[in-house]
Amino acid sequence: MNTIQSIHINHYILLSAVLFCIGVMGVLFRRNAIIIFMSVELMLNAVNLLLVAFSSYWNDPAGQVFVFFVMVVAAAEVAVGLAILVMIYRNTGSTDIDVLNKLKN
Amino acid sequence: MKTLYILTALGVIAMLAELFRFKKFLLPIVLIGLMGAIASSVRDWNTNIHYYNYMMTFDNYAILFTIVLCVTAFLWFMMSKDFFGSESSKTDHYALVLFALCGAMLMVSYSNMVMLFLGIEILSIPMYVLAGSNKDSLASNEASLKYFLMGAFATGFLLFGITMIYGATGTFDLRSIGITLKSPELIQVWRGAGGTTLLYSGILMMLIGLCFKISAVPFHFWAPDVYTGAPTPVTAFMATIVKTAAFAAFLRLFITCFSGLGNVWMNTIWVLAGLTILLGNITAVYQTSVKRMLAYSSISHAGYMLLAILAMNNHSVGSVLFYAAAYSVATIGAFTVLSIIEKNFELASVDSFSGLAKKNPLLAFAMTISMLSLAGIPPLAGFFGKYYIFTSALQSGYVWLVLIAVLGSLIGVYYYFRMIIKMFSSGTGEVTNIEISTLQKIVLVITILLSILLGIFPDMVISLL
Repeated sequence: MNTIQSIHINHYILLSAVLFCIGVMGVLFRRNAIIIFMSVELMLNAVNLLLVAFSSYWNDPAGQVFVFFVMVVAAAEVAVGLAILVMIYRNTGSTDIDVLNKLKN
Repeated sequence: MKTLYILTALGVIAMLAELFRFKKFLLPIVLIGLMGAIASSVRDWNTNIHYYNYMMTFDNYAILFTIVLCVTAFLWFMMSKDFFGSESSKTDHYALVLFALCGAMLMVSYSNMVMLFLGIEILSIPMYVLAGSNKDSLASNEASLKYFLMGAFATGFLLFGITMIYGATGTFDLRSIGITLKSPELIQVWRGAGGTTLLYSGILMMLIGLCFKISAVPFHFWAPDVYTGAPTPVTAFMATIVKTAAFAAFLRLFITCFSGLGNVWMNTIWVLAGLTILLGNITAVYQTSVKRMLAYSSISHAGYMLLAILAMNNHSVGSVLFYAAAYSVATIGAFTVLSIIEKNFELASVDSFSGLAKKNPLLAFAMTISMLSLAGIPPLAGFFGKYYIFTSALQSGYVWLVLIAVLGSLIGVYYYFRMIIKMFSSGTGEVTNIEISTLQKIVLVITILLSILLGIFPDMVISLL
Protein backbone atom coordinates (compact mmCIF):
# COMPACT_ATOMS: atom_id res chain seq x y z
CA MET A 1 0.00 0.00 0.00
CA ASN A 2 2.66 2.50 0.99
CA THR A 3 4.73 1.78 -2.06
CA ILE A 4 1.78 2.54 -4.28
CA GLN A 5 1.00 5.73 -2.42
CA SER A 6 4.58 6.97 -2.49
CA ILE A 7 4.10 7.84 -6.14
CA HIS A 8 1.74 10.72 -6.81
CA ILE A 9 -1.65 9.75 -8.23
CA ASN A 10 -1.18 11.95 -11.30
CA HIS A 11 1.61 9.70 -12.53
CA TYR A 12 -0.69 6.69 -12.44
CA ILE A 13 -3.37 8.61 -14.31
CA LEU A 14 -0.85 9.63 -16.94
CA LEU A 15 0.57 6.12 -17.33
CA SER A 16 -2.89 4.59 -17.63
CA ALA A 17 -4.02 7.22 -20.11
CA VAL A 18 -0.95 6.55 -22.26
CA LEU A 19 -1.49 2.77 -22.12
CA PHE A 20 -5.14 3.26 -22.95
CA CYS A 21 -4.29 5.46 -25.92
CA ILE A 22 -1.80 2.87 -27.19
CA GLY A 23 -4.61 0.33 -27.00
CA VAL A 24 -7.02 2.61 -28.86
CA MET A 25 -4.43 3.29 -31.56
CA GLY A 26 -3.84 -0.43 -31.90
CA VAL A 27 -7.53 -1.09 -32.43
CA LEU A 28 -7.84 1.71 -34.95
CA PHE A 29 -4.73 1.11 -37.03
CA ARG A 30 -3.80 -2.58 -36.94
CA ARG A 31 -5.42 -4.91 -39.45
CA ASN A 32 -4.79 -8.26 -37.80
CA ALA A 33 -7.71 -9.35 -35.62
CA ILE A 34 -5.47 -10.98 -33.00
CA ILE A 35 -3.43 -7.81 -32.56
CA ILE A 36 -6.71 -5.91 -32.22
CA PHE A 37 -7.76 -8.29 -29.46
CA MET A 38 -4.48 -7.66 -27.71
CA SER A 39 -4.98 -3.92 -28.01
CA VAL A 40 -8.41 -4.22 -26.43
CA GLU A 41 -6.82 -6.18 -23.60
CA LEU A 42 -4.28 -3.40 -23.20
CA MET A 43 -7.13 -0.90 -22.86
CA LEU A 44 -8.75 -3.02 -20.17
CA ASN A 45 -5.47 -3.47 -18.32
CA ALA A 46 -4.84 0.27 -18.36
CA VAL A 47 -8.21 0.58 -16.65
CA ASN A 48 -7.24 -2.08 -14.11
CA LEU A 49 -4.04 -0.27 -13.23
CA LEU A 50 -5.90 2.98 -12.74
CA LEU A 51 -8.57 1.28 -10.64
CA VAL A 52 -5.97 -0.13 -8.29
CA ALA A 53 -4.25 3.23 -8.03
CA PHE A 54 -7.49 5.04 -7.22
CA SER A 55 -8.48 2.30 -4.84
CA SER A 56 -5.37 2.88 -2.81
CA TYR A 57 -5.73 6.66 -3.15
CA TRP A 58 -9.21 6.57 -1.61
CA ASN A 59 -8.35 3.74 0.82
CA ASP A 60 -11.38 1.91 -0.53
CA PRO A 61 -11.21 -1.78 -1.45
CA ALA A 62 -14.17 -1.56 -3.85
CA GLY A 63 -11.89 -0.52 -6.69
CA GLN A 64 -9.70 -3.59 -6.28
CA VAL A 65 -12.73 -5.86 -6.24
CA PHE A 66 -13.88 -4.25 -9.45
CA VAL A 67 -10.51 -5.19 -10.98
CA PHE A 68 -11.36 -8.85 -10.46
CA PHE A 69 -14.67 -8.40 -12.22
CA VAL A 70 -12.92 -6.70 -15.12
CA MET A 71 -10.38 -9.51 -15.34
CA VAL A 72 -13.06 -12.21 -15.32
CA VAL A 73 -15.12 -10.46 -17.95
CA ALA A 74 -12.04 -9.83 -20.09
CA ALA A 75 -11.20 -13.53 -19.95
CA ALA A 76 -14.74 -14.47 -20.97
CA GLU A 77 -14.63 -11.94 -23.75
CA VAL A 78 -11.35 -13.24 -25.11
CA ALA A 79 -12.66 -16.81 -25.02
CA VAL A 80 -15.62 -15.81 -27.14
CA GLY A 81 -13.53 -13.57 -29.36
CA LEU A 82 -10.97 -16.24 -30.13
CA ALA A 83 -13.76 -18.72 -30.88
CA ILE A 84 -15.23 -16.24 -33.37
CA LEU A 85 -11.79 -15.79 -34.87
CA VAL A 86 -11.28 -19.53 -35.27
CA MET A 87 -14.63 -19.75 -37.04
CA ILE A 88 -13.61 -16.98 -39.41
CA TYR A 89 -10.20 -18.52 -40.02
CA ARG A 90 -11.88 -21.78 -41.02
CA ASN A 91 -14.08 -20.00 -43.52
CA THR A 92 -11.65 -17.50 -45.01
CA GLY A 93 -8.18 -18.80 -44.12
CA SER A 94 -7.14 -15.41 -42.82
CA THR A 95 -7.30 -13.28 -39.70
CA ASP A 96 -6.98 -10.01 -41.57
CA ILE A 97 -10.06 -7.91 -40.92
CA ASP A 98 -9.90 -6.40 -44.40
CA VAL A 99 -11.04 -9.76 -45.77
CA LEU A 100 -14.34 -9.16 -44.05
CA ASN A 101 -15.94 -6.48 -46.14
CA LYS A 102 -18.79 -8.44 -47.68
CA LEU A 103 -21.46 -6.49 -45.85
CA LYS A 104 -20.41 -3.09 -47.15
CA ASN A 105 -22.64 -3.61 -50.20
CA MET B 1 -36.02 -9.52 -8.10
CA LYS B 2 -37.33 -13.05 -8.30
CA THR B 3 -37.55 -12.27 -11.99
CA LEU B 4 -33.79 -12.46 -12.22
CA TYR B 5 -33.72 -15.82 -10.45
CA ILE B 6 -36.44 -17.16 -12.73
CA LEU B 7 -34.61 -16.04 -15.85
CA THR B 8 -31.31 -17.51 -14.64
CA ALA B 9 -33.02 -20.77 -13.73
CA LEU B 10 -34.63 -20.89 -17.17
CA GLY B 11 -31.21 -20.47 -18.75
CA VAL B 12 -29.80 -23.35 -16.70
CA ILE B 13 -32.83 -25.50 -17.52
CA ALA B 14 -32.30 -24.76 -21.19
CA MET B 15 -28.75 -26.05 -20.94
CA LEU B 16 -29.92 -29.21 -19.21
CA ALA B 17 -32.62 -29.86 -21.81
CA GLU B 18 -30.14 -31.48 -24.18
CA LEU B 19 -28.84 -33.78 -21.46
CA PHE B 20 -32.21 -34.93 -20.14
CA ARG B 21 -33.87 -35.00 -23.53
CA PHE B 22 -36.77 -32.66 -23.10
CA LYS B 23 -35.84 -30.42 -26.00
CA LYS B 24 -39.36 -30.60 -27.38
CA PHE B 25 -40.88 -29.07 -24.27
CA LEU B 26 -38.27 -26.35 -23.96
CA LEU B 27 -40.23 -23.66 -25.78
CA PRO B 28 -43.38 -24.09 -23.66
CA ILE B 29 -41.24 -24.17 -20.50
CA VAL B 30 -39.48 -20.96 -21.49
CA LEU B 31 -42.73 -19.21 -22.42
CA ILE B 32 -44.37 -20.21 -19.14
CA GLY B 33 -41.23 -19.17 -17.26
CA LEU B 34 -41.28 -15.76 -18.93
CA MET B 35 -44.91 -15.31 -17.92
CA GLY B 36 -43.91 -16.21 -14.37
CA ALA B 37 -41.08 -13.68 -14.59
CA ILE B 38 -43.53 -10.97 -15.67
CA ALA B 39 -45.94 -11.92 -12.88
CA SER B 40 -43.22 -11.87 -10.25
CA SER B 41 -42.04 -8.41 -11.32
CA VAL B 42 -45.61 -7.13 -11.15
CA ARG B 43 -45.76 -8.42 -7.57
CA ASP B 44 -42.71 -6.32 -6.66
CA TRP B 45 -44.54 -3.14 -7.66
CA ASN B 46 -43.94 -0.19 -5.31
CA THR B 47 -41.66 -2.19 -3.03
CA ASN B 48 -38.40 -0.40 -3.95
CA ILE B 49 -36.19 -3.05 -2.41
CA HIS B 50 -32.41 -2.83 -2.65
CA TYR B 51 -30.44 -5.98 -3.20
CA TYR B 52 -26.87 -7.05 -2.55
CA ASN B 53 -25.75 -4.08 -0.53
CA TYR B 54 -27.26 -1.46 -2.86
CA MET B 55 -25.86 -3.13 -5.96
CA MET B 56 -29.33 -3.31 -7.50
CA THR B 57 -32.54 -1.44 -6.87
CA PHE B 58 -35.73 -3.01 -8.05
CA ASP B 59 -37.82 0.14 -8.13
CA ASN B 60 -40.79 0.87 -10.37
CA TYR B 61 -38.49 2.10 -13.11
CA ALA B 62 -36.70 -1.25 -13.15
CA ILE B 63 -39.97 -3.19 -12.92
CA LEU B 64 -41.57 -1.44 -15.87
CA PHE B 65 -38.53 -1.84 -18.08
CA THR B 66 -38.20 -5.47 -17.00
CA ILE B 67 -41.80 -6.07 -18.03
CA VAL B 68 -41.20 -4.44 -21.41
CA LEU B 69 -38.10 -6.61 -21.86
CA CYS B 70 -39.88 -9.82 -20.82
CA VAL B 71 -42.90 -9.18 -23.03
CA THR B 72 -40.61 -8.46 -25.97
CA ALA B 73 -38.64 -11.60 -25.20
CA PHE B 74 -41.88 -13.57 -25.03
CA LEU B 75 -42.89 -12.38 -28.51
CA TRP B 76 -39.36 -12.93 -29.72
CA PHE B 77 -39.27 -16.57 -28.61
CA MET B 78 -42.53 -17.21 -30.42
CA MET B 79 -41.39 -15.54 -33.64
CA SER B 80 -38.05 -17.29 -33.80
CA LYS B 81 -39.12 -20.88 -33.29
CA ASP B 82 -37.84 -21.68 -36.77
CA PHE B 83 -34.46 -20.17 -35.97
CA PHE B 84 -34.11 -22.58 -33.08
CA GLY B 85 -35.64 -25.46 -34.97
CA SER B 86 -33.15 -25.43 -37.80
CA GLU B 87 -30.10 -25.40 -35.58
CA SER B 88 -28.26 -28.39 -34.22
CA SER B 89 -27.27 -26.56 -31.05
CA LYS B 90 -30.79 -25.43 -30.30
CA THR B 91 -30.67 -25.60 -26.52
CA ASP B 92 -27.45 -23.59 -26.36
CA HIS B 93 -29.13 -20.79 -28.24
CA TYR B 94 -32.04 -20.81 -25.81
CA ALA B 95 -29.62 -20.59 -22.91
CA LEU B 96 -27.61 -17.79 -24.54
CA VAL B 97 -30.72 -15.73 -25.19
CA LEU B 98 -31.99 -16.23 -21.67
CA PHE B 99 -28.66 -15.25 -20.14
CA ALA B 100 -28.57 -12.19 -22.38
CA LEU B 101 -31.99 -11.34 -20.98
CA CYS B 102 -30.57 -11.62 -17.45
CA GLY B 103 -27.90 -9.10 -18.47
CA ALA B 104 -30.57 -6.80 -19.85
CA MET B 105 -32.40 -7.06 -16.54
CA LEU B 106 -29.27 -6.08 -14.62
CA MET B 107 -28.89 -3.09 -16.92
CA VAL B 108 -32.33 -1.74 -16.08
CA SER B 109 -32.09 -2.31 -12.32
CA TYR B 110 -28.49 -1.49 -11.41
CA SER B 111 -27.62 1.08 -8.79
CA ASN B 112 -23.89 0.55 -8.83
CA MET B 113 -21.40 1.03 -11.66
CA VAL B 114 -20.12 -2.52 -11.18
CA MET B 115 -23.56 -3.88 -11.99
CA LEU B 116 -23.86 -1.62 -15.00
CA PHE B 117 -20.62 -3.03 -16.36
CA LEU B 118 -21.55 -6.63 -15.56
CA GLY B 119 -25.02 -6.20 -17.04
CA ILE B 120 -23.67 -4.81 -20.29
CA GLU B 121 -21.16 -7.65 -20.56
CA ILE B 122 -23.64 -10.39 -19.65
CA LEU B 123 -25.92 -9.01 -22.34
CA SER B 124 -23.18 -8.50 -24.94
CA ILE B 125 -21.15 -11.70 -24.76
CA PRO B 126 -24.07 -14.02 -25.65
CA MET B 127 -25.02 -11.57 -28.39
CA TYR B 128 -21.55 -11.86 -29.98
CA VAL B 129 -22.03 -15.61 -30.15
CA LEU B 130 -25.61 -15.38 -31.42
CA ALA B 131 -24.67 -12.90 -34.14
CA GLY B 132 -22.27 -15.52 -35.47
CA SER B 133 -24.60 -18.47 -34.95
CA ASN B 134 -24.90 -19.04 -38.68
CA LYS B 135 -21.46 -20.61 -38.68
CA ASP B 136 -21.02 -21.26 -42.40
CA SER B 137 -22.23 -17.89 -43.59
CA LEU B 138 -19.43 -15.41 -44.10
CA ALA B 139 -21.85 -12.53 -43.52
CA SER B 140 -22.76 -13.90 -40.11
CA ASN B 141 -19.08 -14.39 -39.26
CA GLU B 142 -18.31 -10.86 -40.25
CA ALA B 143 -21.23 -9.50 -38.24
CA SER B 144 -20.08 -11.44 -35.22
CA LEU B 145 -16.49 -10.22 -35.38
CA LYS B 146 -17.50 -6.61 -36.01
CA TYR B 147 -19.98 -6.68 -33.18
CA PHE B 148 -17.41 -8.24 -30.88
CA LEU B 149 -14.63 -5.80 -31.72
CA MET B 150 -16.84 -2.74 -31.47
CA GLY B 151 -18.45 -4.05 -28.29
CA ALA B 152 -15.13 -4.73 -26.59
CA PHE B 153 -13.77 -1.38 -27.75
CA ALA B 154 -16.81 0.42 -26.35
CA THR B 155 -16.50 -1.51 -23.10
CA GLY B 156 -12.96 -0.19 -22.80
CA PHE B 157 -14.22 3.38 -23.02
CA LEU B 158 -17.06 2.73 -20.62
CA LEU B 159 -14.68 1.19 -18.09
CA PHE B 160 -12.20 4.02 -18.37
CA GLY B 161 -15.07 6.43 -17.78
CA ILE B 162 -16.24 4.49 -14.72
CA THR B 163 -12.70 4.49 -13.37
CA MET B 164 -12.28 8.22 -13.80
CA ILE B 165 -15.56 8.90 -12.05
CA TYR B 166 -14.43 6.56 -9.29
CA GLY B 167 -11.21 8.52 -9.10
CA ALA B 168 -13.09 11.78 -8.78
CA THR B 169 -15.74 10.67 -6.29
CA GLY B 170 -14.30 7.61 -4.56
CA THR B 171 -17.38 5.44 -5.00
CA PHE B 172 -19.20 3.27 -7.53
CA ASP B 173 -22.59 3.79 -5.96
CA LEU B 174 -24.94 5.79 -8.17
CA ARG B 175 -26.73 7.60 -5.37
CA SER B 176 -23.52 8.62 -3.61
CA ILE B 177 -22.08 9.88 -6.87
CA GLY B 178 -25.29 11.79 -7.56
CA ILE B 179 -25.26 13.37 -4.10
CA THR B 180 -21.58 14.28 -4.38
CA LEU B 181 -22.01 15.86 -7.78
CA LYS B 182 -24.98 17.91 -6.67
CA SER B 183 -23.11 19.69 -3.89
CA PRO B 184 -21.42 22.77 -5.36
CA GLU B 185 -18.91 23.17 -2.49
CA LEU B 186 -17.30 19.87 -3.30
CA ILE B 187 -16.93 20.76 -6.94
CA GLN B 188 -15.41 24.05 -5.85
CA VAL B 189 -12.84 22.20 -3.76
CA TRP B 190 -11.93 19.95 -6.65
CA ARG B 191 -11.50 22.73 -9.10
CA GLY B 192 -8.15 23.39 -7.51
CA ALA B 193 -7.20 19.73 -7.30
CA GLY B 194 -8.01 18.83 -10.89
CA GLY B 195 -10.87 16.57 -9.83
CA THR B 196 -13.25 18.17 -12.29
CA THR B 197 -11.00 17.28 -15.19
CA LEU B 198 -11.17 13.65 -14.14
CA LEU B 199 -14.91 13.88 -13.66
CA TYR B 200 -15.65 15.57 -16.96
CA SER B 201 -13.47 13.23 -18.97
CA GLY B 202 -15.09 10.33 -17.11
CA ILE B 203 -18.57 11.47 -18.09
CA LEU B 204 -17.44 11.94 -21.67
CA MET B 205 -15.85 8.47 -21.80
CA MET B 206 -18.97 6.83 -20.38
CA LEU B 207 -21.04 8.76 -22.89
CA ILE B 208 -18.90 7.42 -25.73
CA GLY B 209 -19.14 3.86 -24.44
CA LEU B 210 -22.91 4.01 -24.09
CA CYS B 211 -23.36 5.74 -27.45
CA PHE B 212 -21.58 2.80 -29.06
CA LYS B 213 -24.09 0.47 -27.43
CA ILE B 214 -27.15 2.44 -28.51
CA SER B 215 -25.54 3.15 -31.92
CA ALA B 216 -25.85 6.93 -31.85
CA VAL B 217 -24.40 8.57 -34.90
CA PRO B 218 -20.68 9.06 -34.84
CA PHE B 219 -20.50 5.62 -33.20
CA HIS B 220 -23.11 3.88 -35.33
CA PHE B 221 -20.97 2.55 -38.19
CA TRP B 222 -20.99 -1.03 -36.92
CA ALA B 223 -24.75 -1.29 -36.60
CA PRO B 224 -25.89 -1.58 -40.25
CA ASP B 225 -23.30 -4.27 -41.01
CA VAL B 226 -23.99 -6.26 -37.87
CA TYR B 227 -27.76 -6.01 -38.27
CA THR B 228 -27.51 -7.14 -41.88
CA GLY B 229 -25.11 -10.00 -41.31
CA ALA B 230 -26.62 -11.54 -38.20
CA PRO B 231 -29.48 -14.07 -38.56
CA THR B 232 -32.77 -12.16 -38.75
CA PRO B 233 -34.17 -13.26 -35.36
CA VAL B 234 -30.91 -12.22 -33.69
CA THR B 235 -31.15 -8.87 -35.43
CA ALA B 236 -34.65 -8.51 -34.05
CA PHE B 237 -33.29 -9.23 -30.57
CA MET B 238 -30.54 -6.65 -30.97
CA ALA B 239 -32.90 -4.02 -32.33
CA THR B 240 -35.42 -4.43 -29.53
CA ILE B 241 -34.15 -5.89 -26.27
CA VAL B 242 -30.54 -4.77 -26.46
CA LYS B 243 -31.56 -1.26 -27.45
CA THR B 244 -34.25 -0.96 -24.77
CA ALA B 245 -31.88 -2.18 -22.07
CA ALA B 246 -29.09 0.13 -23.23
CA PHE B 247 -31.43 3.11 -23.17
CA ALA B 248 -32.80 2.24 -19.76
CA ALA B 249 -29.23 2.02 -18.46
CA PHE B 250 -28.27 5.28 -20.16
CA LEU B 251 -31.26 7.12 -18.72
CA ARG B 252 -30.82 5.71 -15.24
CA LEU B 253 -27.15 6.68 -15.15
CA PHE B 254 -27.70 10.23 -16.33
CA ILE B 255 -30.77 10.87 -14.19
CA THR B 256 -29.32 9.57 -10.92
CA CYS B 257 -25.69 10.62 -11.38
CA PHE B 258 -25.08 13.38 -13.82
CA SER B 259 -28.29 15.40 -13.81
CA GLY B 260 -26.59 18.02 -11.64
CA LEU B 261 -23.86 18.58 -14.23
CA GLY B 262 -26.13 19.10 -17.24
CA ASN B 263 -24.02 21.90 -18.67
CA VAL B 264 -21.14 19.46 -19.14
CA TRP B 265 -22.84 16.90 -21.36
CA MET B 266 -26.07 18.38 -22.65
CA ASN B 267 -24.55 20.14 -25.66
CA THR B 268 -22.81 16.91 -26.66
CA ILE B 269 -26.04 14.93 -26.53
CA TRP B 270 -27.84 17.73 -28.41
CA VAL B 271 -25.45 17.35 -31.33
CA LEU B 272 -25.46 13.53 -31.11
CA ALA B 273 -29.27 13.40 -31.14
CA GLY B 274 -29.56 15.80 -34.08
CA LEU B 275 -26.94 13.93 -36.12
CA THR B 276 -28.44 10.55 -35.26
CA ILE B 277 -31.93 11.54 -36.34
CA LEU B 278 -30.86 13.19 -39.58
CA LEU B 279 -28.20 10.71 -40.69
CA GLY B 280 -30.19 7.65 -39.69
CA ASN B 281 -33.26 8.73 -41.60
CA ILE B 282 -31.49 10.10 -44.66
CA THR B 283 -29.31 7.00 -45.09
CA ALA B 284 -32.31 4.72 -44.63
CA VAL B 285 -33.93 6.29 -47.68
CA TYR B 286 -31.13 5.00 -49.93
CA GLN B 287 -31.22 1.38 -48.75
CA THR B 288 -32.59 -1.33 -50.99
CA SER B 289 -32.23 -4.19 -48.53
CA VAL B 290 -35.08 -4.17 -46.02
CA LYS B 291 -32.89 -5.42 -43.20
CA ARG B 292 -30.41 -2.61 -43.75
CA MET B 293 -33.22 -0.11 -43.95
CA LEU B 294 -34.58 -1.34 -40.62
CA ALA B 295 -31.04 -1.06 -39.19
CA TYR B 296 -30.81 2.60 -40.16
CA SER B 297 -34.34 3.19 -38.95
CA SER B 298 -33.37 1.72 -35.60
CA ILE B 299 -30.41 4.12 -35.48
CA SER B 300 -32.76 7.05 -36.07
CA HIS B 301 -35.09 5.82 -33.33
CA ALA B 302 -32.13 5.91 -30.96
CA GLY B 303 -31.88 9.59 -31.85
CA TYR B 304 -35.48 10.24 -30.83
CA MET B 305 -34.93 8.51 -27.52
CA LEU B 306 -31.81 10.62 -26.92
CA LEU B 307 -34.16 13.61 -27.00
CA ALA B 308 -35.91 12.34 -23.90
CA ILE B 309 -32.61 11.85 -22.09
CA LEU B 310 -31.68 15.39 -23.03
CA ALA B 311 -35.01 16.77 -21.79
CA MET B 312 -34.27 15.39 -18.29
CA ASN B 313 -37.60 16.38 -16.73
CA ASN B 314 -40.22 14.28 -14.95
CA HIS B 315 -41.72 13.18 -18.26
CA SER B 316 -38.57 11.76 -19.78
CA VAL B 317 -38.66 8.39 -18.00
CA GLY B 318 -42.26 7.77 -18.95
CA SER B 319 -41.71 8.85 -22.53
CA VAL B 320 -38.62 6.68 -22.99
CA LEU B 321 -40.47 3.71 -21.52
CA PHE B 322 -43.46 4.23 -23.78
CA TYR B 323 -41.29 4.83 -26.82
CA ALA B 324 -39.21 1.72 -26.12
CA ALA B 325 -42.36 -0.38 -25.75
CA ALA B 326 -44.00 0.97 -28.91
CA TYR B 327 -40.79 0.67 -30.90
CA SER B 328 -40.06 -2.87 -29.67
CA VAL B 329 -43.55 -4.12 -30.53
CA ALA B 330 -43.49 -2.60 -34.00
CA THR B 331 -39.95 -3.82 -34.67
CA ILE B 332 -40.77 -7.37 -33.58
CA GLY B 333 -43.72 -7.30 -35.97
CA ALA B 334 -41.60 -6.02 -38.85
CA PHE B 335 -38.86 -8.58 -38.24
CA THR B 336 -41.34 -11.44 -37.99
CA VAL B 337 -42.67 -10.57 -41.43
CA LEU B 338 -39.13 -10.12 -42.72
CA SER B 339 -37.97 -13.49 -41.41
CA ILE B 340 -40.94 -15.18 -43.09
CA ILE B 341 -40.24 -13.44 -46.40
CA GLU B 342 -36.53 -14.18 -46.10
CA LYS B 343 -37.15 -17.88 -46.33
CA ASN B 344 -37.65 -17.24 -50.02
CA PHE B 345 -34.93 -14.64 -50.47
CA GLU B 346 -31.45 -14.66 -49.08
CA LEU B 347 -31.51 -10.91 -48.47
CA ALA B 348 -34.97 -9.48 -48.96
CA SER B 349 -35.02 -6.21 -50.88
CA VAL B 350 -37.91 -3.78 -50.88
CA ASP B 351 -38.95 -5.20 -54.24
CA SER B 352 -39.47 -8.68 -52.87
CA PHE B 353 -42.41 -7.32 -50.88
CA SER B 354 -44.27 -6.24 -54.00
CA GLY B 355 -47.77 -7.63 -54.30
CA LEU B 356 -47.65 -9.14 -50.83
CA ALA B 357 -51.08 -7.79 -49.89
CA LYS B 358 -52.76 -9.99 -52.46
CA LYS B 359 -50.90 -13.17 -51.61
CA ASN B 360 -50.92 -12.91 -47.88
CA PRO B 361 -53.13 -10.19 -46.38
CA LEU B 362 -52.15 -10.98 -42.78
CA LEU B 363 -48.43 -10.50 -43.45
CA ALA B 364 -49.04 -7.33 -45.39
CA PHE B 365 -51.38 -5.95 -42.73
CA ALA B 366 -48.96 -6.70 -39.89
CA MET B 367 -46.09 -5.09 -41.82
CA THR B 368 -48.26 -2.07 -42.60
CA ILE B 369 -49.20 -1.57 -38.96
CA SER B 370 -45.55 -1.92 -37.90
CA MET B 371 -44.37 0.53 -40.54
CA LEU B 372 -47.10 3.04 -39.67
CA SER B 373 -46.27 2.74 -35.99
CA LEU B 374 -42.54 3.22 -36.65
CA ALA B 375 -43.30 6.19 -38.89
CA GLY B 376 -45.41 7.67 -36.11
CA ILE B 377 -48.82 7.86 -37.73
CA PRO B 378 -51.74 8.39 -35.32
CA PRO B 379 -53.51 6.58 -33.71
CA LEU B 380 -50.78 3.92 -33.43
CA ALA B 381 -48.38 3.48 -30.54
CA GLY B 382 -45.40 5.00 -32.38
CA PHE B 383 -47.21 8.31 -32.77
CA PHE B 384 -47.77 8.73 -29.06
CA GLY B 385 -44.21 7.64 -28.34
CA LYS B 386 -42.93 10.46 -30.53
CA TYR B 387 -45.56 12.83 -29.20
CA TYR B 388 -44.54 12.33 -25.57
CA ILE B 389 -40.84 12.60 -26.34
CA PHE B 390 -41.24 15.75 -28.38
CA THR B 391 -43.49 17.31 -25.73
CA SER B 392 -41.02 16.63 -22.94
CA ALA B 393 -38.18 18.01 -25.07
CA LEU B 394 -40.22 21.13 -25.84
CA GLN B 395 -40.96 21.62 -22.16
CA SER B 396 -37.24 21.73 -21.51
CA GLY B 397 -36.84 24.27 -24.29
CA TYR B 398 -35.21 22.30 -27.11
CA VAL B 399 -37.27 23.85 -29.90
CA TRP B 400 -34.65 23.53 -32.63
CA LEU B 401 -33.88 19.93 -31.84
CA VAL B 402 -37.57 19.06 -31.90
CA LEU B 403 -37.80 20.74 -35.31
CA ILE B 404 -34.92 18.56 -36.52
CA ALA B 405 -36.66 15.51 -35.09
CA VAL B 406 -39.93 16.36 -36.83
CA LEU B 407 -38.03 16.85 -40.08
CA GLY B 408 -36.37 13.47 -39.51
CA SER B 409 -39.70 11.73 -38.97
CA LEU B 410 -41.01 13.28 -42.17
CA ILE B 411 -38.10 11.72 -44.03
CA GLY B 412 -38.90 8.51 -42.16
CA VAL B 413 -42.46 8.56 -43.46
CA TYR B 414 -41.05 8.41 -46.98
CA TYR B 415 -39.20 5.12 -46.65
CA TYR B 416 -41.76 3.46 -44.41
CA PHE B 417 -44.50 4.30 -46.90
CA ARG B 418 -42.36 3.04 -49.76
CA MET B 419 -42.63 -0.41 -48.18
CA ILE B 420 -46.39 -0.12 -47.76
CA ILE B 421 -46.92 1.09 -51.32
CA LYS B 422 -44.81 -1.79 -52.61
CA MET B 423 -46.89 -4.33 -50.72
CA PHE B 424 -50.19 -2.98 -51.99
CA SER B 425 -49.07 -2.41 -55.55
CA SER B 426 -49.91 -5.06 -58.13
CA GLY B 427 -46.33 -6.20 -58.32
CA THR B 428 -44.69 -8.93 -60.31
CA GLY B 429 -45.15 -11.18 -57.33
CA GLU B 430 -41.80 -12.80 -56.70
CA VAL B 431 -43.01 -14.21 -53.41
CA THR B 432 -44.44 -17.67 -53.75
CA ASN B 433 -45.96 -20.15 -51.32
CA ILE B 434 -45.44 -18.41 -48.01
CA GLU B 435 -45.69 -20.67 -45.01
CA ILE B 436 -46.48 -19.15 -41.66
CA SER B 437 -46.44 -21.25 -38.53
CA THR B 438 -49.26 -20.85 -36.02
CA LEU B 439 -46.93 -19.28 -33.47
CA GLN B 440 -45.82 -16.66 -35.96
CA LYS B 441 -49.45 -15.89 -36.78
CA ILE B 442 -50.10 -15.38 -33.07
CA VAL B 443 -47.09 -13.05 -32.82
CA LEU B 444 -48.31 -11.03 -35.77
CA VAL B 445 -51.80 -10.68 -34.30
CA ILE B 446 -50.38 -9.73 -30.90
CA THR B 447 -48.09 -7.07 -32.37
CA ILE B 448 -50.97 -5.60 -34.38
CA LEU B 449 -53.21 -5.53 -31.30
CA LEU B 450 -50.50 -4.10 -29.03
CA SER B 451 -49.59 -1.36 -31.52
CA ILE B 452 -53.24 -0.32 -31.76
CA LEU B 453 -54.04 -0.71 -28.05
CA LEU B 454 -50.96 1.21 -26.89
CA GLY B 455 -51.98 3.91 -29.36
CA ILE B 456 -55.57 4.11 -28.14
CA PHE B 457 -54.80 3.96 -24.43
CA PRO B 458 -51.33 5.51 -24.12
CA ASP B 459 -52.13 6.98 -20.72
CA MET B 460 -52.27 3.53 -19.20
CA VAL B 461 -48.53 3.09 -19.54
CA ILE B 462 -47.47 6.70 -19.16
CA SER B 463 -49.38 7.23 -15.92
CA LEU B 464 -47.53 4.34 -14.28
CA LEU B 465 -44.39 6.40 -13.90
